[in-house]
Amino acid sequence: MKTTTFLTTLLLLATAACSSKSEQSSSNLPNNTPLGQASVVDEDSDPNILQVAIGSEDHSTLVAAVQAAGIEHVLVNAGPLTVFAPVNAAFDALPAGTVEDLLKPENKGKLAGILTKHAAPGSYNIDGLKKEASKGRKLYMADGSYLTVTTEGDEVFVEGAKVIASIQTSNGIINVVDKVIL
Amino acid sequence: MKLTNYITLFAVLFAMASSACMQSNNNGALGGSAAEKVYVAPGEQDEFYAFLSGGYSGNLTVYGLPSGRMLKEIPVFSQFPTSGYGYSEETKPMFNTSYGFIPWDDLHHPDISQTNGELDGRWIFANANNTPRIARISLETFETEEIIEIPNSAGNHSSSFITENTEYVVAGTRFSVPVPQRDISIDEYKGNFKGAVSFVSVDEESGRMDLSFQIMMPGFNYDLGHPGRGDSHGWFFFTTYNTEEANTLLEVNASQNDKDFIAAINWKKAEEYIAQGKFTTMESEYAHNVYDEHTHTGTSTMKKEVRVLDPTELPGLVYFLPTPKSPHGVDVDPSGEYIVGAGKLSASLTVHSFSNMMEAIENENFDGDAYGIPILNFENVTAGQVESAGLGPLHTEFDGRGNAYTTFFISSEVVKWELGSWEVIDRKPTYYSVGHLMIPGGNSREPFGKYVVAMNKITKDRYLPTGPEMEHSAQLYDISGEKMELLLDFPTHGEPHYAAGAPASLIAPRSKKFYQLEDNEHPYAVMNEGETKVVREGNSNVVHVYMSTIRSHFAPDNIEGIKVGDKVYFHITNLEQDFDVPHGVAMIGANTSELLIMPGQTKTFLWEPEKVGVWPFYCTDFCSALHQEMQGYVRVSPRNSNIELSWSLDGE
Repeated sequence: MKTTTFLTTLLLLATAACSSKSEQSSSNLPNNTPLGQASVVDEDSDPNILQVAIGSEDHSTLVAAVQAAGIEHVLVNAGPLTVFAPVNAAFDALPAGTVEDLLKPENKGKLAGILTKHAAPGSYNIDGLKKEASKGRKLYMADGSYLTVTTEGDEVFVEGAKVIASIQTSNGIINVVDKVIL
Repeated sequence: MKLTNYITLFAVLFAMASSACMQSNNNGALGGSAAEKVYVAPGEQDEFYAFLSGGYSGNLTVYGLPSGRMLKEIPVFSQFPTSGYGYSEETKPMFNTSYGFIPWDDLHHPDISQTNGELDGRWIFANANNTPRIARISLETFETEEIIEIPNSAGNHSSSFITENTEYVVAGTRFSVPVPQRDISIDEYKGNFKGAVSFVSVDEESGRMDLSFQIMMPGFNYDLGHPGRGDSHGWFFFTTYNTEEANTLLEVNASQNDKDFIAAINWKKAEEYIAQGKFTTMESEYAHNVYDEHTHTGTSTMKKEVRVLDPTELPGLVYFLPTPKSPHGVDVDPSGEYIVGAGKLSASLTVHSFSNMMEAIENENFDGDAYGIPILNFENVTAGQVESAGLGPLHTEFDGRGNAYTTFFISSEVVKWELGSWEVIDRKPTYYSVGHLMIPGGNSREPFGKYVVAMNKITKDRYLPTGPEMEHSAQLYDISGEKMELLLDFPTHGEPHYAAGAPASLIAPRSKKFYQLEDNEHPYAVMNEGETKVVREGNSNVVHVYMSTIRSHFAPDNIEGIKVGDKVYFHITNLEQDFDVPHGVAMIGANTSELLIMPGQTKTFLWEPEKVGVWPFYCTDFCSALHQEMQGYVRVSPRNSNIELSWSLDGE
């Protein structure tokens, strides 16, 4: 028995020695494109939601939050997607320390949850939102919740956040809002 | 004893294990190095494009080398439901010929455009073998842009090879036929059947083709061709067989002569004769089909005339170089000096020298004539023979380092030999019965001599069996060293004949990502959803739907007022301006294929509803997260109904 075990061990060792090299060469493949579609270089296409947001000075906090949550790929995929994009001032208006807290690595999941509550499958520009309000249709958000759209005169509100501007992008709409939707 | 047994067992087992290990390490090392050479890691791209003819698929396939990954099938001569090519109203004219709409052909010999004898990667040309045509495919859009029919021709095999500045793309007829066609007995072949060799000019800027002239050659079979380059620029070389002019059982009757000819055609001389007016204008009929990238529409024009040169009357236009045993391939080395004829029933290759040929012409070293065309003395023009190189030589390519690579069909191998010494350097088996081979740029002044692809006729056991019919196999060899090394086996699509390859860096940067919507000049295009509408032509049964797509809906998506017996043209514009976001469309019961519409493009399908009801259409391409929601309905009412046309999206 002992000898058999010894022989088996030797054989295993010999086999392991054989195979060790090939294991090394196939490692690290998933790291080639950590951001998924967000790493695609494309200068020709109309810019997508993430590219527009990155180009907007008023959305640096939002972009930092998206990057901290690691959900860039959500904003570059085929969509269509409508993103309610709070301006920096909206984040500043949150209780002191809230943003800093959310940006901590251990709160990545929570942050992702908050951000996906700002994204709806489909294309809703301001006219589309007004139509939602007039027909009493709710917006189904990417985190599973439903948001209510209301109008006051010519102004449109989503869950109390005022839509300041509506920007068409290649994969959907950015509606700039003045509040973070929590 | 027991211990000894154990020791013996141990020794044997260890030896087995180590030898298995050694072997697998050896295989692993060899296999590993071959694997590393063809391994293109996820996210990485290939070094070369390879364009393989699809043969009887009628189309062209695009592969990456060294991975052997198929990147695309470009529809050329065959209807292609994957994109709607040949089914859409815009592309149907591309299939027009003097015989009417031909939905298929047999694509053989792609050739990439050249400038100064080097690949320039602008267009790729391809020939239709059955109903003679030449197509030009853009290497920016990877779409067929133009197809010209070749009259007086049949079996357009020695085609579509280009001259070294893409001045011409040529088409030599494989089957000689009565010219003009007429009702005569087949027995009257000799003297009555002619072999047209056509020179199609290519516009330097637009690439537009025009049948410039035909040289009406004796009634042989014209098999393959390649241009002169360097000093031999201005000449074109074509192999002939059946110089016996047999019209039946050619497998016997066309193999009687010890030598057939390589026809050397001085096309610069032909240009002179054309300029001097020494041509006859022949009535003819052939289609010229052009696809406009801005209207996204093909138009077909019937041409009525062709200029014909008679080589029996025009001295210096054509000479025959005797070449043993029904030569198939004729390949010109990068310098333009050597013309390699592959006598397909021979064990040797015959290499002619261009400078010898010029000297023989100068000295009139003729060995008689054929129909008044001088036959040059074999001894005077030949530079050498590659003796006993293999069995059944077919095609030769060059690596730019003084070596040539020839395929041998019967002995199933690629043979590397040296120009000048005519010595065989290496041979490697192929699996099995190889036809063409391709080195990127291997028939130009500047080959990229890193890989050769051998394309085989027989697959047998190379892959998992897939019933009686299998795709043809190809092998990739590393030719960067003294000896060739087999790297990879991969299946091809259809039947690859010739192929053309080019460095990715020449083509990839110019590849178009999408069509600019603002440049769309399609008469039924819409620039935005506001322009969508449905229009009936007067009181007729013709209805035009101006429809758009964008993630993730059609506009309009509800249409009423269509009647049984209407001819409904759906003109669909994809409003996206984003790389790789096509939308598709298909209508229940429509007697056509789906259409795949690229961003910025407009395509049209015809639907002739026969039944009353409400009929859905949908997007066939999984375009977006809400793709399954991308659908619409058309209400079809009885012919005598007076329901007005109406259309809407979300009730508006």
